[in-house]
Amino acid sequence: MEQERKIKTIIDCVNVGKTFQTPEGEHEVVRNLNFSAEENEFLVLFGPGQCGKTTIINMIAGFESATTGKMLADGKKIDKPDVSRGVVFQSISLFPWMTAMQNVEYGLKIKGINKKERQKQAQKYIDLVGLNGFEKSFPVQLSGGMKQRVGIARAYCNEPEVMLMDEPFGALDAQTRYMMQEELQRIWSTEKRTVIFVTNNIEEAIYLADRIIVLTNCPATVKKEYKIDLPRPRDLVSEEFLALRKEITGILDSSQLEG
Amino acid sequence: MNDKVKERLLSVLCAIISIGAFTGLWWWGTQKTGLGNLLPDPGTVLKAMGGYITGTVGKCSLLMHTFNSLRRVLIGFCIGSILGVSLGLLMGRYELAKAIFNPLYRIIRPIPPIAWIPISIIWFGLGEQAKIFLIILAAFANTTLNAMTGSANVDPQVINAARMLGAKEGQIFRTIVIPASVPAIFAGLQVGISCSWASVVAAEMIKAENGLGWIIQAGMDNNNMIQILAGIIMIGIGGFILTCIMRTIEGVMCRWNKSGR
Repeated sequence: MEQERKIKTIIDCVNVGKTFQTPEGEHEVVRNLNFSAEENEFLVLFGPGQCGKTTIINMIAGFESATTGKMLADGKKIDKPDVSRGVVFQSISLFPWMTAMQNVEYGLKIKGINKKERQKQAQKYIDLVGLNGFEKSFPVQLSGGMKQRVGIARAYCNEPEVMLMDEPFGALDAQTRYMMQEELQRIWSTEKRTVIFVTNNIEEAIYLADRIIVLTNCPATVKKEYKIDLPRPRDLVSEEFLALRKEITGILDSSQLEG
Repeated sequence: MNDKVKERLLSVLCAIISIGAFTGLWWWGTQKTGLGNLLPDPGTVLKAMGGYITGTVGKCSLLMHTFNSLRRVLIGFCIGSILGVSLGLLMGRYELAKAIFNPLYRIIRPIPPIAWIPISIIWFGLGEQAKIFLIILAAFANTTLNAMTGSANVDPQVINAARMLGAKEGQIFRTIVIPASVPAIFAGLQVGISCSWASVVAAEMIKAENGLGWIIQAGMDNNNMIQILAGIIMIGIGGFILTCIMRTIEGVMCRWNKSGR
């Protein structure tokens, strides 16, 4: 028998379904979804445009509740947001009246940690995301990429168990997006966390993921799962990378046709 | 930066030209048309204003009258806007507060402050309190709505961000809803300060010993057109200064926001 590997499951999604009531009737967004995320794993949820990925992240975050089935964090049912699950938003959603530093230290301030200590910790994460020198800038003074760095530092600074990232680079231009992917890869290697990352960009998915869960079009459910064990940092044009890309894109196309 | 200075100079220049042209037209009208029978010329009014500032109108100088009006406005505006903004923020955030207070507020809001004059006199007599009461009403009615809109429209994702960072409802209200509403609150405060200023003049015209409203009222009683115009011009200048001060405070408070500049 193989040596027993102790894998700790952090997030467990059991038979989850989500249906919204709309004026036009019921709108099923997620159906019978099952997956789990393990400790320190970089899990990517990959799926076509409007397939309910954000809804899944919102349910894990505790912003929305599942209609059927359950979402578990450390075995406990998720019913509201919690500091153990940090979120990085596609809309970035910084606090615009706070400086970069105040944004990053907000979670610690809420916890009642004294100014000196929380600024020390916030500085560590500001440095980690490469924003040294911009502590006193307001979000309106920062570029899109820099804003999202603040968003990442803000979530990291609370030291959550899981980072939930909802297409965090979706609003950025292509060049900045590449740079941020590299940065995120570096940050994640430095500060290991469980990450659940949502994207509709296949290159981004393969570049970052330990494991990719491919979702079907609305209602979203697991289509297929890929373990990615290419060495990091990954080469976007290596043969293995391109082969994987072709394969995953292939099954996505057929699923979209079905939808 | 250079362009900004240029732009600023240009707008100041335009202001001088437009005010100058208006004054010129006024002067021309009093000299060359029948308007002179109805209206003193601007030079006479300005000279009289100078005299009122160095000397007195009624019991004190023009500046002292202005100061008395300002004092009333500031007291009433502070009380009224604190009440209005607080109620508005609560109504915007909490459905229950809105359900309870909004119908009442919507009925009270369209009543102009001067309609309250008889009641304020019955309740508070002819003294300071009655005037301040009117200003409180004016400030309250005009600041509530904007504060409510502001707190109702805080980006829900920003609130979610605070929730995932551990903020409880009370903390969200204090640290997210209030600061996020500041630009909207200031939009209401701008209107509120203008209406308060207009109301103090109305209140003073009823019964007062001093203030700009009194100057106009006394001018009317004595058929003194110059005094009336001096009062009117001073009201205009006072209102202009108040909104400028408000805009400056807004600029400081909203420097994180582009619209606040």
